[in-house]
Amino acid sequence: MRKKVDERKGQKSVRDLKIGERGVICCLNDPEMGLKLLEMGCIPGTEVKLNSRAPLGDPITIIVNDYTLSLRLDEAQTILLKP
Amino acid sequence: MTIVTIQPQEVQTERPVAPQSISKVALIGNPNSGKSSLFNQLTGLNQKVGNFPGVTVDKKTGYCQLSPTHKVQIIDLPGTYSLYPKSLDERVIIDLLYDPESRHFPDLVVVTADASNLKRNLLLYTQLADLKIPTVLALNMVDVAEQEGIKIDVPALHRELGVPIIPMNARKGIGVAALKIIMSQQLEAPKTRFYDIPEALKPAVQSIRSQFNLKNDYQALHYAHQCKSLKFLSEGDKAWLESLLSTLDFHSNAQQADEIIARYARINTLLLDVMRVERVDKDEKFSNRLDQVLTHKVFGYLIFFIILFLIFQAIFAWASYPMELIDVGITGLNGLIQQSFDGPLVDLLTEGIIAGLGGVLVFVPQIAILFAFIAILEETGYMARVTFMMDRIMRKFGLNGKSIVPLISGVACAVPAIMSARTIENWKDRMITIFVTPLMSCSARIPVYTILIALVVPEKYYFGFMNLQGLVLMALYLIGFLAAIFSALLLKTILKARERSYFIMEFPVYKMPRWKNVGITIVEKCKAFVFEAGKVIVAISVILWVLASYGPGDNFEQARQQAIAEAKVKNLTPQQTENKIASYQLESSYAGLIGHTIEPAIRPLGYDWKIGIALLTSFAAREVFVGTISTIYSIGEEENVSTIKEKLLSEKDANGDPFFTPARGFSLMIFYLFAMQCVSTLAIVRRETKSWTWPLAQLLYMSGLAYVMAFITYHIFK
Repeated sequence: MRKKVDERKGQKSVRDLKIGERGVICCLNDPEMGLKLLEMGCIPGTEVKLNSRAPLGDPITIIVNDYTLSLRLDEAQTILLKP
Repeated sequence: MTIVTIQPQEVQTERPVAPQSISKVALIGNPNSGKSSLFNQLTGLNQKVGNFPGVTVDKKTGYCQLSPTHKVQIIDLPGTYSLYPKSLDERVIIDLLYDPESRHFPDLVVVTADASNLKRNLLLYTQLADLKIPTVLALNMVDVAEQEGIKIDVPALHRELGVPIIPMNARKGIGVAALKIIMSQQLEAPKTRFYDIPEALKPAVQSIRSQFNLKNDYQALHYAHQCKSLKFLSEGDKAWLESLLSTLDFHSNAQQADEIIARYARINTLLLDVMRVERVDKDEKFSNRLDQVLTHKVFGYLIFFIILFLIFQAIFAWASYPMELIDVGITGLNGLIQQSFDGPLVDLLTEGIIAGLGGVLVFVPQIAILFAFIAILEETGYMARVTFMMDRIMRKFGLNGKSIVPLISGVACAVPAIMSARTIENWKDRMITIFVTPLMSCSARIPVYTILIALVVPEKYYFGFMNLQGLVLMALYLIGFLAAIFSALLLKTILKARERSYFIMEFPVYKMPRWKNVGITIVEKCKAFVFEAGKVIVAISVILWVLASYGPGDNFEQARQQAIAEAKVKNLTPQQTENKIASYQLESSYAGLIGHTIEPAIRPLGYDWKIGIALLTSFAAREVFVGTISTIYSIGEEENVSTIKEKLLSEKDANGDPFFTPARGFSLMIFYLFAMQCVSTLAIVRRETKSWTWPLAQLLYMSGLAYVMAFITYHIFK
């Protein structure tokens, strides 16, 4: 799994967003967790916005499909964004 | 938006009415979609918590009177985002929906959907519709949606979905009457299909259908996805499915992902004509502004600790009044019975059964207060923020952001604390939390600590304000907390995860709590404790009472005669004589015998048989220690701490030196800190984990730890 992340090092993920910054989902690179994220509405092509970070930096909340979703940084890292 | 829009074609009276037998209705929906509110609206207090067979998931059922002659059974299913289960709770749903032979198989499914979040909520609906089970869509929170500027064209949505749609506000009960009318109709399965199974899979789906005699393709597809986990399939069936799938290029994950994406695409087009959004952004902004304070680096934690302090205070202080009342009531009742009747059965009734019952009821105020707070925190959406703030820290120790509430509540009482671990969805995180919570020093340990500290720690002050006794007490709490944290860490490495730990969760918008739901939660938790844990507690209390009140042969009478003879020689007052008799009788009881028997085992910790008896009786509840010690050293029950202390200090060991040395005192404190000496906790752990493995493991682990730690302590201070 980690190897896959490294391969795509160049590509930006939700983890790299700044607060208030938006991006468009390109793909999800963890097949199992991806299913959970898809169900929650993180469909490729959807816009996401980084809403807030927990006081210790992890987890974070994002806005997707007009609702707030919280997730850990490790999970956010699997949501890759379109360049 | 009009509130009651029963589509005319659904209310045609010539439709056949459902048979008058009790039909089953399953409630299903996303978490936070108002499902439990609707369940409470439909069933009121007429609900029952049972088990789904074979799993540790509570099954909530209730009855609803649709019309004077028509009653239905409602089953509340765990909240889920899709029919592909991600947790053990969610697996219950597929076991129920895919097995038409099951006696729980519903005749009708009511899907709750949050109108303010319709797109995501419809995903689950479209899956259910494809299963072709008669379905009603309860479109909840239409008021919230309107406030957010979301306009839903209900007739258009009805045309698209082809099932009755009831716009409602389950919090206020609006739309419930209309839903009941629709539920009483003979409904047909939805006709619209939302997902077309890929051509490549169709032959396989067809053979699954004919093999299992299924009514539709989508269900057959689910058999393929879930072939390993469907409980009702035989091993042969599973093997057949697997061999069928191995001939195909079937990748379950990829196929599921394709399906979800296709469904969302379908929902997006469908909603184009149905939903208009005129962004008001008011509510979300309000929630976000509140979050900036409530999850702030400094204020966030500060506010959380103030709330914890309040809960803690409430459990400690407010609960003490009703608890005292229960105590006084039980004692009064016992006195009354003992005055009016006589005989050994009366003693069994009063000191065994009623006292045991009192030991159960005395926890009810604490449970009620803790769950009032927890329900309010959950209802308002604040709990999600707590989890969010604490997750990073707790995760390091194999716990979860939500573990913080059980852990802190454990300082008051482990029983409600363990019940509150329910909110942790992840199995492993929840088990670890339940396992380590009793290590937090609960309020029952306070009387034990107080008397032992008074006994062996001098009342000294450092820097004029730091009381040494206070410092020792604080150290004991700290040791308990550290023990909990490090045991969690240990368990994290031992325990295998049953499911992946996710933190992907919806961050609910802040809402006012629904008081009816809060009330129902309190009643439900108290009932669960009294009826399920209570049985075990009363049983053990009676056994312990028998052990302490009866001895083999005529030992008891001999002890009595001996005490009276000695009292005569020493010229004791009648009260002192009574105390002496009680002490001698306890020594010659079965409990005393056991105390003598285990003495060799506890001697390395510095204890003698007298403390052995106290350890044994403390098993019912730790605070019994003080009472037992008073009896065994013939101090009498009505004495206060300082006289008990003096009497104990004058106690000599075999060599004539004081028995209660600092080494013995600290060793005992440490033993009580670690040992699992609480029947109520064991009973509640059994209830919550639905197995005896966990409470037994806890008993062994904590008592073993207590033994080792007390041994080390004794030898350090000796």
